[in-house]
Amino acid sequence: MNAIVIGCGRVGSNLALQLAREGWDVTAVDEKEEALNRLGEDWSGGFVLGHGMDIDVLREAGIEEADAVVVATDGDNTNIVIGQVAQQRFDNQCVVVRVLDPARAEFYRGRGLRTICPTSVAIDVLLDSVRACEVRPAETTSA
Amino acid sequence: MYILVAGGGKVGANFARVLLKDRKHEVTLIEQRRDRFERLEHEFEHQVQVGDATEIFVLERAGIARPPDVVAALTGDDEDNLIISQLAKEKYGVPKVIARVNDPRNQAHFDLLGISPTVSATRGLMALIEHEVPEHDLVHLLELRKENLEIVEVQLPQGAPAAGKRVEALDLPEGARLISVTRNGRSEIAVGATELQPGDQVLAILQPGKEDELRKVLLKK
Repeated sequence: MNAIVIGCGRVGSNLALQLAREGWDVTAVDEKEEALNRLGEDWSGGFVLGHGMDIDVLREAGIEEADAVVVATDGDNTNIVIGQVAQQRFDNQCVVVRVLDPARAEFYRGRGLRTICPTSVAIDVLLDSVRACEVRPAETTSA
Repeated sequence: MYILVAGGGKVGANFARVLLKDRKHEVTLIEQRRDRFERLEHEFEHQVQVGDATEIFVLERAGIARPPDVVAALTGDDEDNLIISQLAKEKYGVPKVIARVNDPRNQAHFDLLGISPTVSATRGLMALIEHEVPEHDLVHLLELRKENLEIVEVQLPQGAPAAGKRVEALDLPEGARLISVTRNGRSEIAVGATELQPGDQVLAILQPGKEDELRKVLLKK
């Protein structure tokens, strides 16, 4: 199975490494050459230098045969556009897009794009952690 | 009309300026960069707001839910212009959305996502420059995207197959017509009886993709 990870920063690189460990053939895409360092010296997957908005770069990364595409650059809008291109132009069935802004993540989720919002996830986890503490707010009289 | 302009750079600010000159329109300009915003505020006062126009709360603060008659996404970033256009059109039902394309290579993304009309200064400039460079045998002058037509200019060289022929005798491809002929600085509408000569500048209207067939008839290359 082929996976493409677009944006090879802290999130993308670790995701690419984990997918590779799980047996995927992974190609990472990033516009900075240094991003390759994040994958370590033993990286045996692919790496394409370029911007994910560039159709030629996506083709070189093998988007036409990819079974899964993960879009995780540091720009929400860039990710949303690339995700839609992967889904609508290249007909990829499994496209996962990182969107930090909860409002945009929700809007595009409603339009059929699989958006993951780390901000919302962080809020939920933090809330759960607070709730798990053995302290409670005082009962409010108005409630 | 109420017109929302996203992006207060040279393009956005000048567009807002022109709109306001008419005194017929209500305009809100959104600029993300604080330094730029402060300069614009001197001129536009309450008509400019600071913020990232791809953020929904910023758009709503600027009145996108009314909705405006027109939203113009004119930032220097194509991804941002795409998102602003999609939000305006699909979330808020803005009837007319105009998007700026900075890098012509991104035009395909706007087309894919149904964002039209688009404007591209780079593409326009390229056509103008091509027009001045003599090596180009066929120059794109104007693209009518909505009509799926384009207007091109060719100059007939010595020995061109069309030279010496009347327009009606040319075997022009389906979907191509000659518009005008310019000779010695004088232009005429091209009619069937117009005779072409070497050195003529000919304007033609055609469907995109017919360039090579037109070249063959006029220039043989």
